[in-house]
Amino acid sequence: MRRVTTRPELGALGGTVFVFVFFALVAGDRGFLTVDGTINYLEVAAELGILATAVTLLAIGGEFDLSVGSMIGAAGVVMALAVVQLGWPLWLSVVAMFAFAGVVGAGNGYLVVRTGLPSFIVTLAGLFVLRGVTIAITRASTGATEVTGVTDNAPPVIVSLFAGKVGPVPASILWWIALTVVASWVLARTQLGNWIYGTGGDPMAARNMGVPVARVKIILFVLTAMAAALVAAIQVLSTNSADVLRGELKEFQAITATVIGGTLLTGGYGSAIGAAFGALIFGMVSQGIFFTGIDADWFQAFLGAMLLLAVFVNHFTRKRALAGR
Amino acid sequence: MNRDDVALEARGVSKHFLGVSALTDVSLTVRRAGVTCLLGDNGAGKSTLIKILSGVHAPDSGELLVDGQKAQFKSPRHALDHGISTVYQDLAMIPLMPVARNFFLGRELNIGKLIWRRVDWLRAEEITIRELDRVGIHLRDANQPVGTLSGGERQSVAIARAMYFGASVLILDEPTSALGVKEAAIVLRLVRAARDQGLAILLITHNAAHAHAVGDDFVVLQRGRVLARLRREDAKRAELQDLMAGGVDMAALTGTSGPIGLDA
Repeated sequence: MRRVTTRPELGALGGTVFVFVFFALVAGDRGFLTVDGTINYLEVAAELGILATAVTLLAIGGEFDLSVGSMIGAAGVVMALAVVQLGWPLWLSVVAMFAFAGVVGAGNGYLVVRTGLPSFIVTLAGLFVLRGVTIAITRASTGATEVTGVTDNAPPVIVSLFAGKVGPVPASILWWIALTVVASWVLARTQLGNWIYGTGGDPMAARNMGVPVARVKIILFVLTAMAAALVAAIQVLSTNSADVLRGELKEFQAITATVIGGTLLTGGYGSAIGAAFGALIFGMVSQGIFFTGIDADWFQAFLGAMLLLAVFVNHFTRKRALAGR
Repeated sequence: MNRDDVALEARGVSKHFLGVSALTDVSLTVRRAGVTCLLGDNGAGKSTLIKILSGVHAPDSGELLVDGQKAQFKSPRHALDHGISTVYQDLAMIPLMPVARNFFLGRELNIGKLIWRRVDWLRAEEITIRELDRVGIHLRDANQPVGTLSGGERQSVAIARAMYFGASVLILDEPTSALGVKEAAIVLRLVRAARDQGLAILLITHNAAHAHAVGDDFVVLQRGRVLARLRREDAKRAELQDLMAGGVDMAALTGTSGPIGLDA
């Protein structure tokens, strides 16, 4: 029983049930419980969840990435410019976009492990630099801050890989579920997963035990940037346009989902399922609030309160986990 | 001393940090089936020396020999591959991680191929429980966080782990310094058991009583140099204490014959 009560995602599971029941009761007859209403909040949760899964792995590994929001804008523009300006085929542009994200992520990771500076600062710089460069280059090369017509001549196969639907279910939701499953598997059952916990739990101790801490961190930064690129692909191919301001504030939303999910920002403790619950809560609250008739202005206040509550619950859970046998 | 008995040796090792000399011409041998105690006051250079022996730092000059062969460690992992396992005082375990995950950290039991490659945690948990049983820690659940164990138990887990993974040299950094009398005695008993199994042990401590309880050879460092070398038959506890304090007579300072602690 103790084992169950000390799982990191337990608080988030409770929160998810609470939020769902709340909106089902308050707004159940106004569309929250319909298929459309469900898909609606799941889609919001999915985009955030993809990001939060990677941000959670990185947080368990003991690091932050504040540049993921800017990366969504940058990656989208890279893909769009490759198609529209350079005339590249869509598949090649998608590959180029992921390569670009991977290189930037590796750069973030390399800077953090080499300088030993807090990743909070390094990636805060990344947040501004990436956004600034994206806006400047896009405006200089197109005269606008939005690049449209990305899917005009694109093969539908690649578009539907990111923006298609299976029945009523958008691809983004399937990507989110798949990533959550894979990340949970990695953490629970693989060597890399154990190394991630060790790296975040105590980098010096992990290194002394032979874990390649620097390599683990760089891999996590690469994955985080690639997750942002995946979100960019979903957004750009769904809307047929890339906007330089895409992804603003997503870095903080992803950290919110991570923390609500029970992951410790100081590293070494957390779960990918928890992040999925965190994203789900975010999605349900942000969309559910429209169904209730409550002024949507209250959304952020509600989210902040959720965050604080989650931190209290998680703090208590962790203390229990470390309490004597 | 028979040269074949030497498992790990440092010859004339020196190390500087930003122009400040941390170690000067330090030589040391660690015998198989023996406990070598490295003593010294704070700042004597003990940590620097063990970091060199465990592959964290490279020496500026001098050389290391493992089983009589020259060796240069590129990393702690590399030293581990040479059979040298180091247990650090605070850094032996990761408190939030389960015991079994700690035990196998860096040496996970992988099974399966390619994408299906995974860690056999069930077997890892069995082995963890079995190995800890042997050192007197009886776990019900190998998934409980290490943070739930006492300081002495954590040290014991770390020592059991090193032994299980076939370490031939065990470097113990202040294993008893944060422990109460009873807990320290448990760890020291385990050190002796490890020696009796044939391991070469380098025990770093600034507690002369603890050193005297288990040590076969004693090396006293002071300001980065070897101040004294003693064999067990020549070393008295009070003498060790005095040497560590740099010749100051502790008995005169405290009015007692030595620190309160473990009786050898």
